[in-house]
Formats: sequence, structure tokens, C-alpha cells
Amino acid sequence: MHAATLLLELGAIIFGLGLLGRLAGRIGISPVPLYLIAGLAFGHGGIVELEAPAGFLESASQIGVVLLLLMLGLEYSAGELIGTLRRQAPVGVLDLLLNGLPGAAAGLLLGFGPVGALAMFGITAVSSSGVVAKVLSDLGRLGNRETPSILGILVLEDLGMAVYLPVLTAVLAASGAWEATGSVAIALVCLALVLVLALRFGAVISAFVTGQSNEVTMLRILGLALLVAGAAEVVHVSAAVGAFLLGIALSSDLDEEAHRLMEPLRDLFAAVFFVSFGLTTDPRQLPPVLVPALVLVVIGIGTKLLTGWMAAERAGVAVPGRIRAGAALIPRGEFSIVIAGLATAGGAVDPRLAPLAAAYVLTLAVVGPVLARAADPVGRAVGARLGQRRRRAAAKARVAGE
Amino acid sequence: MDIEETKLPGVGLRHDFVTERGRRVGVISQRNGDRELLIYSEDDPDACQFVVDLHPGEAEALAELLGAPRVIERLARMREQVEGIATEGIVVGAGSPYDGRPMGEAQIRSRTGASVVALVRRGDVIPSPTPAQVIQAGDKVVVVGTEDGVRATAKILASG
Repeated sequence: MHAATLLLELGAIIFGLGLLGRLAGRIGISPVPLYLIAGLAFGHGGIVELEAPAGFLESASQIGVVLLLLMLGLEYSAGELIGTLRRQAPVGVLDLLLNGLPGAAAGLLLGFGPVGALAMFGITAVSSSGVVAKVLSDLGRLGNRETPSILGILVLEDLGMAVYLPVLTAVLAASGAWEATGSVAIALVCLALVLVLALRFGAVISAFVTGQSNEVTMLRILGLALLVAGAAEVVHVSAAVGAFLLGIALSSDLDEEAHRLMEPLRDLFAAVFFVSFGLTTDPRQLPPVLVPALVLVVIGIGTKLLTGWMAAERAGVAVPGRIRAGAALIPRGEFSIVIAGLATAGGAVDPRLAPLAAAYVLTLAVVGPVLARAADPVGRAVGARLGQRRRRAAAKARVAGE
Repeated sequence: MDIEETKLPGVGLRHDFVTERGRRVGVISQRNGDRELLIYSEDDPDACQFVVDLHPGEAEALAELLGAPRVIERLARMREQVEGIATEGIVVGAGSPYDGRPMGEAQIRSRTGASVVALVRRGDVIPSPTPAQVIQAGDKVVVVGTEDGVRATAKILASG
């Protein structure tokens, strides 16, 4: 009887996700917020409570995090990471501080403690590279001159995550300051080592995982990702970071075919991860955190607009492009949820953090793409207004000169 | 004409330049082989007015349309320039005895007096091919010589 319940509930969840994904595609938004809502509706304290597949969902959602980070690492080669770091490092630091500090402050004000504040820093700082890249491509803006700046910020945020996640996991798990410092040091040494290895021996590792058939390649990559993630977890570096680093090591030489091979797996397990986060979050806890979440949303929109503006200005882009760049960076998504999931899993952080992160991501993942679309006419109008003012000032100066 | 190359992390490469008439055009080469043709806006030089997505085959066809006629134009001009010298692009047929063999084996120059100046393969021009260059069916062999020499070359390439 248990097998029947498990299959039925699991089937219902995955089929439901398929329907939601289709709906999201229809209305042109990322499916992540819908997955979260589905999880909230059917979890503890939701409309219907699903019990049977809890064990499976938990394992699957951990695999989901590993695959999300692996694919993220695969997106960028080590050369791209280092090149971007050289050119745009100041913008990246500015981005993380501008967007992370309000979150950290909110964490302290809400009484989450220093560890909670650290988690809130990450949740508010990181844009969703998946959503942003999709919005840029959907709106035909990949060729725009502000786009390299936007993509550069996404790369740096992801690189920042590779440093931030082990710090967070170390702080969450550590019983003392010494232990935490040790784990962080190990993580940073690993990061540096992997970057060097990836630059030198990426081809060797790629050749090692690439098999004769798709099946062999897929199994090897998945197996290696889980092994590396597990090993990273053993030395307290965080499974997610292990997978991300493996992704970077593989990215330069693994062909496009292998990317496409792993995508369906990532989609499945990542969807389960988002649902499972929703399932473990009690929707009855949402209303009390709604006001702080909305305040953070407004601040989060403002700070990303500022970041994009400054990054695009640095690249010599005019006013409309700067507004487009800022608006494109607004969506937050998968990584805010990954961080909130990590932070609340051990019970070391105030449980209100999960619903707060859920409300924050739900709003920004939906509002972000809409604002990105609106940035085009708004940017043009502001640009025209500024141009007019400049012309008028120039005319006045000419009159005064005469 | 300065072609600017910009890296797009996670996407691929972008090349763009400004035409003599002041329009910026560009191409994004995505990692999976897809291309995007970009025509930048005149009002906002940072944004694209038109973006055309091209699959690899379509991009190749477009490149050929843009590039190939220039080769033919140049050949036509060459033909007019020198009286008594013929230039011909001879397509190597599927049944040619030299399909898959080095060009030197055909001994075109010693047998006909005509010179092979270029090989056109799927839109790519291989100028001044060496005797070791392998010919494939579908290649266009561009020869220069007397009319008889060119005709003899066509015969050699077709039936040995």
C-alpha cells in the first residue's frame, strides 16, 4: 500500500509541476515562484498535506542543489571567471555590498542574530542568473551594449557565492570561531586549487567523464558531481560549492552536447528542490513576515537599479541602457532559496527566515521580469528628458555667452 | 573598419562594427553554434533595433550570400581583364576519379598548362592550394589557362 501512495503522490506532484511550468511559459515568467507556491499549498499547514514522499523529496532536493550549482559552474569557464574578475571586480564588490547589506541589517533588526544576518545578506544580494539570462534572451537584448556588464555581474555574483556558501555553511555548523575559521580557510584553498586545476587540466577531467554514449557520459558526470559534493560536505565546504567547482573545472572543454544531456536532470531535481522548500515552509508563517519582505523588495529593486546604473556607466553606456541594466538585475531566485534552505535546515537560524525568503523571492521573481520589460520605454523617456534638459542648458549657456 | 570583439560570459562572443554610413551591426556567436544577427538602433546606439536568430545552417547560407558573390564578381572582372585567358570554376562531380585524392595526382599543370588558383569548398575559399590538397566531390576548382587548357582540365576532373 505504501508503494502505491508514494507513486501516486509523487506522480501528482511532478505532473502538477509540469502543468505549472506550462502556465509559467504562457504568462512569460520563471516557473520557480509557481513551484514554491505549489510547495506551500501542499506542505505542512497548507491546503492538503502530503506525507508519503517526504524521504524521497528530501534526497531529491539535495541532488537538486548539487545539479543547480554544477550547471551554474558549467556555464562559465575558468578563463571567463578570471577575465571578468580582472575587468569588473570593483562592480562585483559594490553589487554584493549594496544589495547584501540591507538584507543583513533587516536580519539584525528582526532579531535573527549574526548568523541569520549573514544568511539574509546572501538572500538579498544574489540575482537569479537563470531568470536574468532568460529575460535578456527573450527580450532580444543579448546584443545590447549594456549586456556584457550585466553578465559580468552575474558571473561575479556566482563567484562570490563560491566564497560565500562555504563561509555560511562553516558558520552554521561550527561550534566555535576557530573551527569556523578553519573550514573557511579550507574552502578558500580548495577554490583557488580548483581554479588552477581547471585552467591547467580541464581537458583531462572532461575527457575522463566523456563516454562513448550519452548514457555513459550522463552517469559519469552525475556520479562525479555527487562524489565531489559529498567529499566537499565531509570537509565542511558545502556540497553545493563542491559541485560548482567541478562545474567550472569541466566547463572549458566539455562540449555543448554534455550540457544538454544534464539539463533535463537538473530541471527535474531542481523543481523538486523548490517544491520541497515550499513544502517545509508553513504558509501560516507568511503573513507576519509580509511587511518586512515587501520593504526588502522595494530596497532590493532600488539597490539593483543603482548597481546596474553604475556598472553600465562604467562601460560607457548611455542613460537608457543604464536603466535597462539595473532593471534586468532585479529578479532573485534559485540562490536565495538555496541559501535559505541551507540556513534553516540545521535549525541554527530563526525559522521565520524561510517564509521571509520565500515571500521575497516570490515577489521579485515575478516583478523582476516585468520591470525589466518596462525598463525599455522608461529608459527611453528618461533619456529623452535628460537630453532635452541638456540641450536647454546648452542653449541658455550660448545665450549667456552672447 | 574596426571589428570589436566582446566576450559574453555564459553566452559566447559578440563581434560588431560601425558601417561607413554610421550603422552599428554585429553578430553574436553562441556556444551551441547558433548565431544572432544584430542591427543596432539609430536613436539608442546601445540597444538593438533588430535581432535575427539564425541556426548554424542559416548563418552559413547568409554568409555565403554576403561573401560568395564577391568571389564570383572578382573572377568575372579577372576574365574581362586578360584577353585570351580563360578562368573557370569547375565543380568536381560525385563520380570524379580524383574525389578524395590529392590534387597533385591529377597533374593538371603538366597535362594542360592551366593553373589551379583556388578551391571553393562550401563557401570557403582555399587560395593557391598545394598539390597535397585533397579534392572532394562538390569542390569548385578555379583554374586559369587557355580555353583549351581549361576545357582539358574539366575533362580530367570528370573522367581522369
